[in-house]
Amino acid sequence: MKKRLIALLVCLVMVMMPMLAACGGGGGGEDAAPADEGGAAMKVGLITLHDENSTYDKNFLDSFQASCDKLGVEGIIMKNVPEGQECYDAAGELVDKGCTLIFSDSFGHQGFMLQAAKDNPDVQFVSCTGDSALVAGVDNFHNAFASIYEGRYLAGVAAGMKLKELQDAGKLKGDAPKMGYVGAFTYAEVVSGYTSFYLGAKSIVPDVTMDVTFTGSWYDETAEKEGANKLIQGGADLISQHADSMGAPTACKEAGIPDVSYNGSTMEACPDSYIISSRINWSPFYEYAITAVQNGEAFDTNWTGTLDTGSVELTELNENVAAEGTAAKLEEVEAGLKDGSIHVFDTSTFTVEGKTLDSYKADVEADENYEHETEVISDGYFHESEYRSAPYFDLQIDGINLLDTKF
Amino acid sequence: MDKQKKEPLIHITKRKAISKTHEWGIRLGSILIALIVCAFITTITTHLNPISVYGAMWEGSFGSPRKMWALLKELSILLMVSVALAPAFKMKFWNLGGGGQVMAGVLATATCMITLDDKLPNAALILVSLIAALAAGALWAFIPAFCKAKWNTNETLFTLMMNYVATQIVAYYIIIWENPKGSGKIGIINPNTNAGWLPVIAEKQYLLPVLVSIVVTIFMYIYLKYSKHGYELSVVGESQNTARYVGINVGKVIIRTLVLCGLICGLTGWLLVAGTDHTMTTTIEAGRGFLGVMVAWLAHFNPIGMILSGLLMVFMSRGGSEISTAFGLNNSFGDILTGVILFFVIGSEFFINYKVHFRKAHGKEAA
Repeated sequence: MKKRLIALLVCLVMVMMPMLAACGGGGGGEDAAPADEGGAAMKVGLITLHDENSTYDKNFLDSFQASCDKLGVEGIIMKNVPEGQECYDAAGELVDKGCTLIFSDSFGHQGFMLQAAKDNPDVQFVSCTGDSALVAGVDNFHNAFASIYEGRYLAGVAAGMKLKELQDAGKLKGDAPKMGYVGAFTYAEVVSGYTSFYLGAKSIVPDVTMDVTFTGSWYDETAEKEGANKLIQGGADLISQHADSMGAPTACKEAGIPDVSYNGSTMEACPDSYIISSRINWSPFYEYAITAVQNGEAFDTNWTGTLDTGSVELTELNENVAAEGTAAKLEEVEAGLKDGSIHVFDTSTFTVEGKTLDSYKADVEADENYEHETEVISDGYFHESEYRSAPYFDLQIDGINLLDTKF
Repeated sequence: MDKQKKEPLIHITKRKAISKTHEWGIRLGSILIALIVCAFITTITTHLNPISVYGAMWEGSFGSPRKMWALLKELSILLMVSVALAPAFKMKFWNLGGGGQVMAGVLATATCMITLDDKLPNAALILVSLIAALAAGALWAFIPAFCKAKWNTNETLFTLMMNYVATQIVAYYIIIWENPKGSGKIGIINPNTNAGWLPVIAEKQYLLPVLVSIVVTIFMYIYLKYSKHGYELSVVGESQNTARYVGINVGKVIIRTLVLCGLICGLTGWLLVAGTDHTMTTTIEAGRGFLGVMVAWLAHFNPIGMILSGLLMVFMSRGGSEISTAFGLNNSFGDILTGVILFFVIGSEFFINYKVHFRKAHGKEAA
């Protein structure tokens, strides 16, 4: 019996071997090709927290691949890298593979990227969405983000147009227009986002108010959907969100409430509720950084993408749901933002506890003291993402009502 | 040979004894079959050459000195947890709380590093954090062990729940110490002063955890095989009544064994925070408390054998992520291959313990 089993095994192996070798011949040829080209090309690494199943990481992955292809460099991607020592090890492996520029996509990678930067002074490291490069003082360590609040402001304008249309048609649930917003955490990044969205809408319908609820997770479809339903029951005429799943858009679709999405169009899934969405396009930054390293030039320690650089984008406008004239209005406001005649956080457009602000110190330097050390209001507006790319607007302005907070 | 007509096609008998070569023959054979099955899956689903995929797995684990060190570090940490769980499982105390005990050590170490960084000289800080981590790990194991010994509570549920309690306490303190405020992360602890960081030996960052795990593994091997304690806990595992009959204090053995387990888990947490990661997250333990159960079980609770079974696990996980980087596949593909290989490896234990007989065809002689 024993012998028979062993004989069977040996037979199997012998049958398999030529098959494997045959497959090997075909596959090997394909593998060899890029390696040959890659011999001379610059190598660039990307470390992501999750994989393409998360819309957040997908946004980084897609632009990265496109930018590498466009510039003819070899991109090496390491996915599902946790925010721990694994990130340091992954960065080290990318250095071993010959990468001279390495990006990471999650805030929590930052400390480990900084550590890797200190240990590999010849390689450039970029912690995207990070905030500590300004104070770190390490030459080859960088941060990058985009002024997404401008995109959200524009999305808010589209929302305001829709509310105006509902108001004029007498279709509002209450007397005054009311919006709902599903956020992930009560962090500056989210606060900056919902406030700019609200101010965009308020520029069209001055009497608008907004309820905000938080889920305590960047990706929790059930909680986001429940949050949206709670807001709809609370009288919201329109919903927007800052979290990564389809939870809120789906809730809006089912309730027939117009929705302003984030990070990508949901037109296909929700053709009767989706209006527009804003997203960060990372390609301009990748191309800027890769080109700089290719040419042996230094690049910004702290880079902020804007509407001008093409880093802040609006996705397709759904004409079926959006109010008439939205596209023209968006063009007008976008031009205003670009030429500086409109500022998102213009202090004349909002109050905090009933008062107009003329001074505010924000915690721009991300050090251990949590000091609010930098004056960020001047020339009549709050200078968001100018002193540091990562958002630091953390004011609770009037008209926005937080139903809960999650840290 | 002649039997009744209604002999079943397959019947199974328990093996009495099996030679080491036969045992290993079955194991290696199962891995071989697993590789062949994986080759089919790879070719059919991805159209990649399985040999180059296996090559990438090998590359991912052993491809460069840095990868070897990362592999050794992973193996050391996993091995420590597995070794810690072994005596409890040998005693048939189902300790699923290895993860929580590690987290207790993690929290204690991080607490010392954050609150005492400027109050103690570095050597004293490291010593204090070590003692705190050992005590916290031991306490986290003592609580369920005491309740088991005293009131015969269900240790499986109790230790499992203790994991969640530990993780939630860690989550609470992360919010208190988060840096910068509002980020939900504490980042690297003492990045500039390196206070409380373990020294780097011979410029090899991961050498210390590797050395510690070797010492712990050898200690546990001797403890289980040659010490009176080790003998007592295996008697308790065989039969608590027998243990009582021969005069072993069962409750005492349970508590003593679990405290030992907690001490090693606490030590692991200390190595994770002060030695390798220098931060605290709710996922720093990374499921090793559960993976360690499998590692220990596959090695039949023999600490030396755990080096092999642990190596298999770490190799699969590092190799799996290398596949996704090298071929642009989703990490799930590595998980599929890991699952298939583990299925066969665990399945081979069945064939080591049991013999399968096939019905002989009539008129033919047995081979």
